[in-house]
Amino acid sequence: MRIESKILLWLGIFFGLMCAVYWTWSLENAGGVMMFFAMGLCFLPGLYYFWWSRRMGYRPEDDPNATQETGAGYIDAFPGSSIFPFTLGSGAFFVVLSMVFGSWLLIPGLGLVIWAALGGIAEGRRGGDK
Amino acid sequence: MTTTAHNPAVESHGHEHGHAEHHGPRGILNWLTSTDHKVIGLSYTITSVLMLVIGGALAEVIRGQLANPNGHLVTMAQYNELFTMHGSIMIYLFAGPFAFGALANIIVPIQIGAPDMAFPRLNALSYWLYLSGAITMLLGFFVTGGAANFGWVGYAPLSDAVYAPGAGADLWIGGLLLTGFSAIFTGVNICATVFYLRAPGLTLFRMPIFTWNLLVVSILILLAFPILTAGLVMLYADRHLGTHIYSVAGGGVPVLWQHIFWFWGHPEVYILALPFFGMVTEIIPVFSRKPVFGYKGMVFATLTIAALSLGVWAHHMFTTGVVLLPFFSIMSLLIAVPTGIKLFNWIGSMWRGQIWFSTAMLFAIGFVVTFLIGGLTGIYLASPPLDFFTHDTYFVVAHFHSVVMALVLGGMAGLYYWGPKITGYMLNERIGKVQFWLAFIGTQVFTIPQYIVGLNGMPRRMAVYPNDPEWQTLNTWSSVGAIMIGISTLLFVVNIVASWKKHPAGDNPWDGHTLEWFTTSPPPHHNFFRLPQIRSERPTWDHNHPEAKALAHGKEDH
Ligand code: HEM
Ligand SMILES: [Cu+2]
Repeated sequence: MRIESKILLWLGIFFGLMCAVYWTWSLENAGGVMMFFAMGLCFLPGLYYFWWSRRMGYRPEDDPNATQETGAGYIDAFPGSSIFPFTLGSGAFFVVLSMVFGSWLLIPGLGLVIWAALGGIAEGRRGGDK
Repeated sequence: MTTTAHNPAVESHGHEHGHAEHHGPRGILNWLTSTDHKVIGLSYTITSVLMLVIGGALAEVIRGQLANPNGHLVTMAQYNELFTMHGSIMIYLFAGPFAFGALANIIVPIQIGAPDMAFPRLNALSYWLYLSGAITMLLGFFVTGGAANFGWVGYAPLSDAVYAPGAGADLWIGGLLLTGFSAIFTGVNICATVFYLRAPGLTLFRMPIFTWNLLVVSILILLAFPILTAGLVMLYADRHLGTHIYSVAGGGVPVLWQHIFWFWGHPEVYILALPFFGMVTEIIPVFSRKPVFGYKGMVFATLTIAALSLGVWAHHMFTTGVVLLPFFSIMSLLIAVPTGIKLFNWIGSMWRGQIWFSTAMLFAIGFVVTFLIGGLTGIYLASPPLDFFTHDTYFVVAHFHSVVMALVLGGMAGLYYWGPKITGYMLNERIGKVQFWLAFIGTQVFTIPQYIVGLNGMPRRMAVYPNDPEWQTLNTWSSVGAIMIGISTLLFVVNIVASWKKHPAGDNPWDGHTLEWFTTSPPPHHNFFRLPQIRSERPTWDHNHPEAKALAHGKEDH
């Protein structure tokens, strides 16, 4: 996890420097603001991973000499198939179409989104199908 | 006394009950409900190749119109729709989803020894958002007023409610909102997969370059796509909710759209390109029977390209007169350095190798050559005085078509290379080679006249042009090239039909290096029954060639 976090932190530092140079030199705000938040978007997960890397130490995938047995564990924690991504996607589709063809399309759109949200959560609680 | 050879192949994940046949729904219901990254990746592959064919068909109409100076194939208004939708389909619906949704979805989890993506249901949602976004955008052709017609960049004020009143423009915005979220979710998913689901021993610096590039692409997606989405929401608000963010009339700033669009748009260029860089970086070493040359240099170059790509957006805006020319020029020229490193590493990987000119390898080499042409002409465009001269001419069209056609060649390389892994059957090599030469020569015949006619001053986005014999000849040649490319794409479809279930591929037809060649073709549900011991970035090669193990590196990786 250490290297993962370092990549993000270095990117953040680079964007911060670039932002400082650009903003002071150009005095153009749009780009300055976007670069500033790009820096933030790297620091946020970067610092989080850094914090985690200190808490959990090296994982088998960080250990160059790990054997496959160390990775043993439980997989298949998620449902092997699910209709709800499709339901949610079609809901979003109708919501977007409502922006073009009239707000009545929000009825099927939001209906599908809510159904998918409730169904998906219930399904997630049940866990993988075996 | 003999030493017992240790058996590097051990059971993976302590997972015994074989998942070869997975007991899920079948047929159409399987397609609708599957959360298996291989099924989703295949859906992405088929949909995005279909988009390539649709976008290509529009391009053939464009070239038909331009084959002579006063073409009557389409009206001026239709021509505007054509180039807009051609560009939009190709960039938003083909190149991007093909790059990070199609082969990436199938290959990345397998290359790192993972059973699936980190969030399988989110992955399925990405696909459905992509498909519905594509349908939304294409619906534009069927509404009154026609499809969007303001260019794939949607510049203000052309895209406002006055100049683009129709539903086509709103469908274009809506389609991009959907595909934008699709991309963001894919970015989250790939990052999480690479960070958390690698097999034991697969340290970050043992990841195949393809996976590395997709990790970096995902970070770029997360940085860039939300900005496009926000920009589109504001565009919609300007059109329908009475705001004046991009219109001078109400105190807004039209050029703000360009800043927002290109702050997404240039990173997008690398979001498109890096996955294809990754594909050829996998292919060239395998078919040169050598390890990749300069592994760490490749990773470093990818990261540097990504970092710099956020600071170059306004090289698309040099002629607006309101951007800091030296900053953007210097940053753009700097990107040539890591890109050059990559080119040398590709050549280094082939150097003195035993090269096997398979179709995949030919396409990969075609990529390198064509991308070199596009990259070199890009260096010219990064210099403001030269850009002032060539901006909005066919020189620019030729430049970016060298780049994107290189990506198409790279994508074909990927399909020929990984196709057997995905389907379990080989593609016909003879048809493949004909396809390659047509596509490769066609690309150059298509772009080189455009470079020349662009330098002569022919503007882009024009349905008719002056009756100049030289311009006419050059444009006719360009159209001939376009036809060659079109035929080559059809040959790919022919090849799929011709080699359908003919020659089983076996697990490892190319003597590959990385983990996807260790499992069966196609891989079982959850991908692996067993995994080899991972001691380098070439675990499958090490397993198959104990006499010639890759030199260990990545020890310092802690
Ligand atoms: C068969 C291959 C292709 C042909 C014959 C072709 C042809 C053309 C032509 C003639 C134009 C200029 C239209 C004009 O300015 O009036 C154009 C524009 C464009 N093409 Fe292609 N193209 C091909 C492939 C691609 C691919 C693979 C991509 C991207 C992945 C792409 C992306 C674009 C974009 C973004 C534009 C600019 C659209 C605009 O001006 O708004 N093209 N294409
Ligand atoms: Cu750019």
